[in-house]
Amino acid sequence: MIRTSLQALTLPPGRFLRSAWPSRSLIYLASSLVLGLLPAVGCLLVLGYDSLGPVAVASIGVVALVAAGVGLPRFDRVRRRLVDREPRTGPVTAREMVFALVSALVLSWLDVAVAVLAALVPSVLLTAPLNPGASLWMRFAGPFAGVVAIPLLAYAVTAWAGMRAAMGGSLDAELREVKRSRARLVDVFEVERRRIERDLHDGAQQRLVALTVSLGLARLDLEPGSVAAHRVEEAHRQAKEALVELRELIRGVHPKVLSDRGLAAAVAEAADRSPVPVDVELDLPRLPEAVEVAAYFVVSEALANVAKHSRATRCWITGELRGGVLTLRVGDNGVGAADPAGGGLTGLADRVAVVDGRLALSSPPGGPTVLRVEMPCP
Amino acid sequence: MSLRVAIAEDGALLRGGLVEVLARFGHRVVVSAGDAAELLAGVAAEPVDVVVTDVRMPPTFTDEGIRAAVALRSGPDPVPVVVLSQYVERTYAAELLDSRGGVGVGYLLKDRVGDVAEFVDAVARVAGGGTVIDPDVVRQLVHQRSTPLRRLTPREVEVLGLMAEGRSNSAIARHLVVTDAAVAKHIANILAKLDLPPDGDDHRRVLAVLAYLRG
Repeated sequence: MIRTSLQALTLPPGRFLRSAWPSRSLIYLASSLVLGLLPAVGCLLVLGYDSLGPVAVASIGVVALVAAGVGLPRFDRVRRRLVDREPRTGPVTAREMVFALVSALVLSWLDVAVAVLAALVPSVLLTAPLNPGASLWMRFAGPFAGVVAIPLLAYAVTAWAGMRAAMGGSLDAELREVKRSRARLVDVFEVERRRIERDLHDGAQQRLVALTVSLGLARLDLEPGSVAAHRVEEAHRQAKEALVELRELIRGVHPKVLSDRGLAAAVAEAADRSPVPVDVELDLPRLPEAVEVAAYFVVSEALANVAKHSRATRCWITGELRGGVLTLRVGDNGVGAADPAGGGLTGLADRVAVVDGRLALSSPPGGPTVLRVEMPCP
Repeated sequence: MSLRVAIAEDGALLRGGLVEVLARFGHRVVVSAGDAAELLAGVAAEPVDVVVTDVRMPPTFTDEGIRAAVALRSGPDPVPVVVLSQYVERTYAAELLDSRGGVGVGYLLKDRVGDVAEFVDAVARVAGGGTVIDPDVVRQLVHQRSTPLRRLTPREVEVLGLMAEGRSNSAIARHLVVTDAAVAKHIANILAKLDLPPDGDDHRRVLAVLAYLRG
């Protein structure tokens, strides 16, 4: 998928010219005019020094600089969305502020110049026939030259805007890399959990079942009511309890139904086990594994919280995939006032964040509580 | 009556255990397979009265056993099948019960094998055309349904679970250590509360209850 203006340049020319990238790039460059206002304020201060006096000039200067330091990087991020679909998020860094100032003082004028040229040249050429001052040759050839100039300038504008955004974007590289490595780590954990689940299933669980069978057979051979029969009966009971506990443990490590049957089936099973009755309304295709796993653990944690804290008598789960985004909601009719920091929700929010998702909790005192998860499914 | 049984289970330890349990009650294991393909080939070569199969087997370790069971039940020469699962999976149970065949079918947790006498009894009931569903499946289904199942008393839910296992009234009475009359009363109450026709034979009763539960 095309993420930035620079990448858009590699599209086939026909598709590139029909795309929104050239016009987005033009608007991006034109918006540099706002950045350019900062040096204009500086010039005014220098010119007005005599009439305003040093104190007023210094204080206006300081206020302007602070506002610029805080405001410019934010503004820069907002407008970068025009040429970068995945702009930087998170707190503004000092390096970003410095770059935003440099960008405002020096580069913004270049942006504006490119934008103005790109808008002016074709319009002058195209309107040449209506211009009484133009030469006859110009009136004749101008429109043709204009038609040729538009695609050329579209490339130039997009390239310059893309490079400008990439300058700021180099600040992001580090962050993206961290995110990717975090996603890799989660993948590794998931593979490991599956291995453990498989080992427990093939090993301990099989052995325990075989043990209960042996004990069950042994009971048949013992005289009913004898001391040995009691002992074996007790051992049999304990082995069966261990089997139940082991099954619960394995389910917590990695629910097999999730990898076999997908999210909808796994959520339905989790709902079946919930002590609070749950209405499930899910109609989902198979989703990327990372999304299914994250979504499943969110739902089971949410159901556990409903059972533990909400005092609800009814709970519901809905989920849909629309426009490539999975949205899940878990709600209950309980007392509300759930703690967003508690109940293991922060850990889940981290897990959801790794797949670029978001987790939101609404739980006013008195209820109802609704947990919403959104995850993009590429 | 001695049954000819085919078993499929990839764990050698448990496979041995199953053979031993069935032999202990006088049944003969004529096909002993480690995966679904081996099972299907074995059953094709050797006529059997009933098949007992694990769900998760090689090569993919997902639902081979269920697919084999559905194939066996819906083939031209349907065979009764008992599926053993490590955990209750409602979609597996539903797929199994939906498969046509007009022959017996069972879905049990692997844990039940440990209660050897009851397990062999369940296998025999399925071989005889009965339907046997693990009480845990019934508990989950009951749990999720609102009215009128919520009107059932805990004891009645227990009796319902035993009915779904395809047991007769007297078998239920023995299991709960109560009189036959008490069980008959519970069952009459359950059927009335669920608006089901009063008592048919055991098998029809199970099907009616399951049809009701699965809505």
